Amino acid sequence: MTPSSPPHAPRVASPTRGGLVSLAGVLLIVALVVAGAFMPKWLTFLLTMAASHGLVSLGIVLLMRGGVVSFGQGLVFAVGGYAAALAFNRLGFTDALGLAVAGGVAATVVAAPFAPLLSRYRGIFFAMLTLAMSMVAYGVLVKTSALGGSDGFNMGRPTLFGQALPDARAGHVLYGVTIAFAGVLALLARTYFDSTRGLVTQAVRENELRVEYLGGSVREAMSINFLLAAFAGGSGGALTVMSLGHIDPNFSYWTTSGEFVFVAILAGWQSVLAVFVASTLLEVVRSFSSLYFPNTWQLSLGVFLLLMIRFLPRGIGSLWVDRGAKGDRA
Amino acid sequence: MNPVADTPGAGGREVLLRASGIEKRFGAVVAASGLDVAVAAGERVSLIGSNGAGKTTFVNMITGYLKPDTGSIVLGGRDITRLDPRAITRLGVARSFQIPQLFPAMSVLENMLVALACHGQRLSFWRTARRADAVARADALLERFNLAEHRERRVAELPGGVRKLLDIAMALTAEPRLLLLDEPTSGVSAEEKFPMMEIVMRALGEERMTVLFVEHDMDIVARYADRVIAFYAGRIIADDAPAVALATDDVRRYVTGTLRPDAAPSQE
Repeated sequence: MTPSSPPHAPRVASPTRGGLVSLAGVLLIVALVVAGAFMPKWLTFLLTMAASHGLVSLGIVLLMRGGVVSFGQGLVFAVGGYAAALAFNRLGFTDALGLAVAGGVAATVVAAPFAPLLSRYRGIFFAMLTLAMSMVAYGVLVKTSALGGSDGFNMGRPTLFGQALPDARAGHVLYGVTIAFAGVLALLARTYFDSTRGLVTQAVRENELRVEYLGGSVREAMSINFLLAAFAGGSGGALTVMSLGHIDPNFSYWTTSGEFVFVAILAGWQSVLAVFVASTLLEVVRSFSSLYFPNTWQLSLGVFLLLMIRFLPRGIGSLWVDRGAKGDRA
Repeated sequence: MNPVADTPGAGGREVLLRASGIEKRFGAVVAASGLDVAVAAGERVSLIGSNGAGKTTFVNMITGYLKPDTGSIVLGGRDITRLDPRAITRLGVARSFQIPQLFPAMSVLENMLVALACHGQRLSFWRTARRADAVARADALLERFNLAEHRERRVAELPGGVRKLLDIAMALTAEPRLLLLDEPTSGVSAEEKFPMMEIVMRALGEERMTVLFVEHDMDIVARYADRVIAFYAGRIIADDAPAVALATDDVRRYVTGTLRPDAAPSQE
């Protein structure tokens, strides 16, 4: 493919194909949850982080499908995390699934007033506005002593359906909750991508003028995507803080947002599964680089990204999406 | 002159579009000056004029892309002068473009599915865009425009004429009351122009819809228009049946170029 040639056509799955993909997704989720029981703790933690962080990147991919990239998803990540931790500490609401939903809802509520404004912007303006919002949130969190200031605060261990989680199994249960929750959101995202609204989002990315002249609303599409991305990011933040047991303003710092963008670019915008594969890769590279090159792990990360851009410029998802598209045309 | 403008419902036909006293300036440039146009339902009206005469500005004002400085545009009894393009589209005005406005990374079928989805009253988060009824409707339109063989091809790979047809086919998914075609044959080779217009007119004939088309090829105009409106410097200089309008001195002088600008007026 030459650099100037347009990307391969995005595929809109037929109902039959969509059903098969959903079934495969459910089976994969079940397999991963069951497999967790046999995994070492370090691996379940790594995959928990990959799945919860992947949700934030999934939100960015959702925005990318409409042609914009948010550099400030750390904001919704932090809002979701703080909301879950505060609900746990101050309200005594401890259910893991409920906290994940609460984190997503809180992030959506915070994002809602900004959605109509941001839907007017594209390209670097959208990116910088979202970045600015996340950094304002960071500044506020650092200065708010009631929320622990720059040190943040701890939260206890959540429960699940009213049952306390024993020490020995807590990590595995939270892993299962995170995988199941992220898996359900991933399946919903897959359904959304194939829906009429999802298809129009892709059309917005290519030609906004024509979408308007066909009777579609570009701003509505962008606003809704921003809110869906906020929910995904917020629930990702909640799931992360439950496993870490601690939250601090760095959740909203620009480097955190950058990592989510990194994963989204690594994944490409065509595949939901690719987001979680990319997120897992990042966690693996980060973990092993931290272990073996503790002072230069960012260097390893940079080299890794350069290799990916060189050999998979359209992301990991292109490995199977493009191949599938060619197969469909053959 | 205009058989419809002065007499609403002339010839027993309902006036679908009425533009009255339209003025539009871009700085010192007069793009529209005192335009009064009425189009009856079912009419095929060609807008002609040299570049910069005000044809596309007029089309852009009808579709809401531009707002007139003064005057009003009424569609089927409803004032659409200040509405945005999306609202006007939803009231039944569709358009194609001089440079086809498509979704190049998508397939032909996906372009049609986007058009059908946008036309739908409410977009769904759940319902697949490739559901059977939508695909069947898209296929039927592709068939009517001889595009079925290109169904799975990516738009970026298509030749210009096919893109033009797809652009028009997408506009038709909205089942518009008024269709505006901006230079449907521009960029199409001389041999392909008539076959292409035949395909378009045959497809439009099935819909019995009102059509305004901007065109530079006078053979096309003479063959497919019921009526011609000629523009020059933002004014209408002729509005009549093709045979009459194309024969006027002003049209020959300023539009078709068959009369030298300094030639004496012919005896009519």
